[in-house]
Amino acid sequence: MNTKTQDNAYLNMDLLRFTTAGSVDDGKSTLIGRLLYDSKSIFEDQMEAIEESSRNKGDDYTNLALLTDGLSAEREQGITIDVAYRYFSTPNRKFIIADTPGHTQYTRNMVTGASTANLAIILVDARQGVIEQTCRHSFIASLLGIKHIVLCVNKMDLVDYSEEAFQKVIAQYKEFSSKLDVPDVHYIPISALYGDNVVNKSEKMDWYGGATLLYTLENVQVNSDFNHVDSRFPVQWVTRPQSKEFPDYRGYSGRVAGGVFKPGDEVMALPSGFTSKVTRIHNYTEDLEEAFQPMSVTMTLEDDIDISRGDMIVKPDNQPNIGQDIDLMVCWLNKQELQPGGKYTIKHTTKEVRCIVKEVKYKVNINTLHRVEGDSKIGLNDIGRIQIRTTEPLFYDSYKKNRSTGSLIIVDEFTNNTVGAGMII
Amino acid sequence: MKSYKLNHIQQLESEAILIMREVAAQFEKPVLLFSGGKDSICMAHLAKKAFYPGKIPFPFLHVDTGHNFAETIEFRDQLAEKLGIEMIVASVQDSIDQGKVKEEKGPRASRNGLQINTLLEALEKNKFDAAFGGARRDEEKARAKERFFSHRDEFGQWDPKNQRPELWNLFNGRKDFGEHFRVFPLSNWTEMDVWQYIAAENIDIPSLYFSHQREVFKRDGSYLAKADVIQNFDDELIEEKTVRFRTIGDITCTGAVLSEAASLEEIIQEVAAARVTERGGRADDKRSESAMEERKKQGYF
Ligand SMILES: Nc1nc2c(ncn2[C@@H]2O[C@H](COP(=O)(O)OP(=O)(O)O)[C@@H](O)[C@H]2O)c(=O)[nH]1
Repeated sequence: MNTKTQDNAYLNMDLLRFTTAGSVDDGKSTLIGRLLYDSKSIFEDQMEAIEESSRNKGDDYTNLALLTDGLSAEREQGITIDVAYRYFSTPNRKFIIADTPGHTQYTRNMVTGASTANLAIILVDARQGVIEQTCRHSFIASLLGIKHIVLCVNKMDLVDYSEEAFQKVIAQYKEFSSKLDVPDVHYIPISALYGDNVVNKSEKMDWYGGATLLYTLENVQVNSDFNHVDSRFPVQWVTRPQSKEFPDYRGYSGRVAGGVFKPGDEVMALPSGFTSKVTRIHNYTEDLEEAFQPMSVTMTLEDDIDISRGDMIVKPDNQPNIGQDIDLMVCWLNKQELQPGGKYTIKHTTKEVRCIVKEVKYKVNINTLHRVEGDSKIGLNDIGRIQIRTTEPLFYDSYKKNRSTGSLIIVDEFTNNTVGAGMII
Repeated sequence: MKSYKLNHIQQLESEAILIMREVAAQFEKPVLLFSGGKDSICMAHLAKKAFYPGKIPFPFLHVDTGHNFAETIEFRDQLAEKLGIEMIVASVQDSIDQGKVKEEKGPRASRNGLQINTLLEALEKNKFDAAFGGARRDEEKARAKERFFSHRDEFGQWDPKNQRPELWNLFNGRKDFGEHFRVFPLSNWTEMDVWQYIAAENIDIPSLYFSHQREVFKRDGSYLAKADVIQNFDDELIEEKTVRFRTIGDITCTGAVLSEAASLEEIIQEVAAARVTERGGRADDKRSESAMEERKKQGYF
């Protein structure tokens, strides 16, 4: 991208992806509607459409929750059944919301939404406090590597905006979440229905000195969530124009999955192990001084070594794990259970290989986080630890270290469906 | 420590390029559905960047309803020449002439519904197994749940209840014979992002998007362009106005907005201040609340 134009204010916006979770009726749709409405992201024609729907349904107020209702089947049943994506922005940041529904198939949906999110908003009803679902949502967020959780204690209007009620919920949550691996947790008392502390500061909760939800979303630092240390470049596409203009050009295209690459860097290609030097990194005609996660670039090397899609370019002094026996946490996404001993296709970075499920080590009770040893039945919405053996070596890192080189999907070879999501241990 | 940072437009570009390369690698015969609008023009630009210095490794397909603005067709042909790609044109008029579909009659006649047939036939005839579309999730409620890689059965239909989960940036394009995918590289872009990208990258777009004088008439609250293919009601008054278009589709259903915005900067300011969605001006979406979803299920873009 042309660097000159970066002086324009709108090009200084960054991007935050977040997911929202809560059990049914905690007020998730109302909250998202409120965020969109109060941040002035709703257009008149959208507003008119939901005002009309509300009237047709006989509601005496405009139901902001309708803003986020997508498909007609859901409109009829009044439920949300699939991950939906919403967009809004403030002057400094663009937001992508992965809105995950709270009914059945919940785990599957939340895992999907969380896989690309930097932050999770978890809603609890102030009257109920932390419930089983809250624990489950938080566990999934932490399992999927989300580093920032905002616990929104909603419906504060129904507990007289009481500080005591809020503190009680926080205390419960802190006790539970100490078992999780989430470095940054925020607590905010809100009323999604009336808008307290969502975009505007509440006048009814003087005792709360913290930030509003929107302010928190705008200011949380997410850039460090990328890995800028361990250089990984999965080759996605080999560019060989063989044209008059570029007769001998050979470039490796892909998206940087970790670390930083610069022209002049010594690199190594996997699996061959050959080393060479980066001669040029470019995006279209623009030469780049460096490439880092998550840039899509094309790289040329000094030597003509054989590299194809699925290979990985790394630094000789910092190599990923290379192996065929892989331990992972898996979240199962399909009605048909995981078959121990079964064969599947997996997609990992730009590589596609086959694998066999060697062993189911344990299943996790996602409400208590306890391991259920000896239970090898991994069905829809279950999470467990398994070991697979692949037909070819993978070049991987632990998911904790790198969300790109540590994640994979499992594909059923008969239905072609994506049936499992794997996080390498 | 140095901060490695990409702004939102750079992140969206990187994501779209990733998806384009993934499709080129995973499918045998991809095609880019070119509508002539700004979204498909952005896709063409991204495709050029993704494969440079190689050529774009797939042709473009334009479903021509015969009700396009003249400017759209001219722009399309120039772009194809500049990029050196093959532009396949599938004509709705041909489908009508061959008796495969029946034309609507009267002042409100639209060829929108007829496109589906022509599109599916062109995909099948050319054995395309993946078709890029410029749709964005922010455009319409029914699109909010669309995947980047959207699976279509052998009838070209979309089943909203049976979509494949899509995690991280791992895209599963496996399919059975006869099935195909629609792929939406701009899924995460908003109207504003598209305009900002066009400005940042200096992308050429048709003159229709900029303010100009045009003969228009008012119908159902929006301005439509006067055109030979539109039959007017007796009480519809043709007047000359200063307008521009926010989206470009068929001349029969694309609403113009009164606007003085003659440059990209002015358009961006106007979009930022807009109080109506860009599809708000499209007569085809107003037919019913679930209009878009119905059309999508049948295989509409
Ligand atoms: N009193 C009160 N009611 C709320 C609040 N937030 C949501 N609700 C109500 O709780 C019900 C469920 O909300 P909804 O947003 O549909 O919940 P979802 O199932 O989590 O999406 C609706 O009747 C809302 O009006 C709040 O802050 N205070």
